[in-house]
Amino acid sequence: MRYVMVIDTLKCVGCSDCVVACQTENDVPTGYCRDWVTESVTGTYPEVDIELRSERCNHCDNAPCVRTCPTEASHIIEGGIVLVDRDLCIGCGACIESCPYDARYRHPDLGIVDKCTFCVHRVKKGQDPACVSVCPTNCMYFGDLDDSNSKVAQLLAERKHKVLAKEAGTSPNVYYLI
Amino acid sequence: MKEEIFISGRNIPHIDPHLAIWEFPISLYLFLGGLSAGILLFSAFTHLLNKDEELKGASKWAPLIVPFALAIGLFALIIDLGNPFYSWKLYTTIRLESPMSWGAWVLLIVTPLSILWIFSDLRKLFPKLNYTKLPFLFKVEDFCVKYKKQMALALIPLTIILGIYTGILLSAFNARPLWNNAILGPLFLVSGLSTAAATIILFAKSAHERHLFSKIDVLLIVIELGLIIHLIMGYYAGNEMQVEAVKILVGGDLTTLFFGFFVALGLLLPLVLEVFELMGFKVPVVVPAILIIVSGLIFRVLMVEAGQITRILY
Repeated sequence: MRYVMVIDTLKCVGCSDCVVACQTENDVPTGYCRDWVTESVTGTYPEVDIELRSERCNHCDNAPCVRTCPTEASHIIEGGIVLVDRDLCIGCGACIESCPYDARYRHPDLGIVDKCTFCVHRVKKGQDPACVSVCPTNCMYFGDLDDSNSKVAQLLAERKHKVLAKEAGTSPNVYYLI
Repeated sequence: MKEEIFISGRNIPHIDPHLAIWEFPISLYLFLGGLSAGILLFSAFTHLLNKDEELKGASKWAPLIVPFALAIGLFALIIDLGNPFYSWKLYTTIRLESPMSWGAWVLLIVTPLSILWIFSDLRKLFPKLNYTKLPFLFKVEDFCVKYKKQMALALIPLTIILGIYTGILLSAFNARPLWNNAILGPLFLVSGLSTAAATIILFAKSAHERHLFSKIDVLLIVIELGLIIHLIMGYYAGNEMQVEAVKILVGGDLTTLFFGFFVALGLLLPLVLEVFELMGFKVPVVVPAILIIVSGLIFRVLMVEAGQITRILY
């Protein structure tokens, strides 16, 4: 079992519905977010290319946050989801410093480090993460890459794709169709 | 041209536009950790070389500040945590992959050891001290005197690890290109030893001791300058992200602080002053010593801040 998220940058319109859905579903503190939308513009007018990406924790196979955590609070569960154990986290910030995606923050009220969980509480019930389920353009997909019949496996087999900061050596599990 | 913006309005405190999770307390902790490690290392060496009486500043007086420095450093570290009351959880596991974890363990050993280390000589330094109301302290003192050599032997590797750790804590993060430089560990160690030698100069009880530690400090500053050249060359020989990262120190916002305050005022000027003093010119030794100590702190503040501004580009 290997959970991955596949995001079609050609279908994303940057509406930020995924961000709001996540904030509501996960009781994210006001002003904070576990996912966000990046607009990446390359080239100069008139040769301009725009890419819209919904970004979040990449649930890396080789997660630097898990490696640098001194208390084993950051850990990887079955399926490859990276989680923070709130009872073990002391809020030292080592994982925040180690994340190439700046996907973690210190919870302003709890002091612990918080981030995207791939909505593990929904996934366990067989549902999609909140961001995926609300996307109005259906540009986000979630599933098991080890299952060759899954939509994510088929998309990655058929379409050209990339991951972010590949050179960081983190083996991320959020893929972008380009 | 490439430009990336968050269109979902992301502006998380201490994360955007760049990280500022680790602030002054962490820099202070790294500084005091390096300083304490250096003083204890010199003190342990003077004891093993039987120079306790000849070099009283290094062997007995300077170590007196170490438990206080480590306590302030640990306090700074703990208040910087998001969950300070749960800091004991650092000691529920040992994770060798996490510098923060083994650094915390080394500190847990070195801090009490530093108290025992000064305890053996405490009554000699302060003859009015009397333990008659707490007689068990006599036994502790006997223990410290009896095992002082073993403590010195243990302190040498432990303090070197502590000194290097202050640099490795930063260099282990490959997400921050300015930190991700293997020379940072040795550089922080040498810088810590240099600030320790400068502190010992302030505590020196004889001209002989002052001159000896001035010579040691001159050597350490020269090594430190060499390592800094190495550090900068390392960035330029690195990938695009490192070349981009070093701009902050060379030509960027922190250039004055790095080259002006740290390299020029904190290393070159005291180096020249110490050499002059060794040549026989009259130089108040306090001046180069204070410059070195202050610049040691500036260097750590600078590296902690600058590293968090740099990031992996994608």
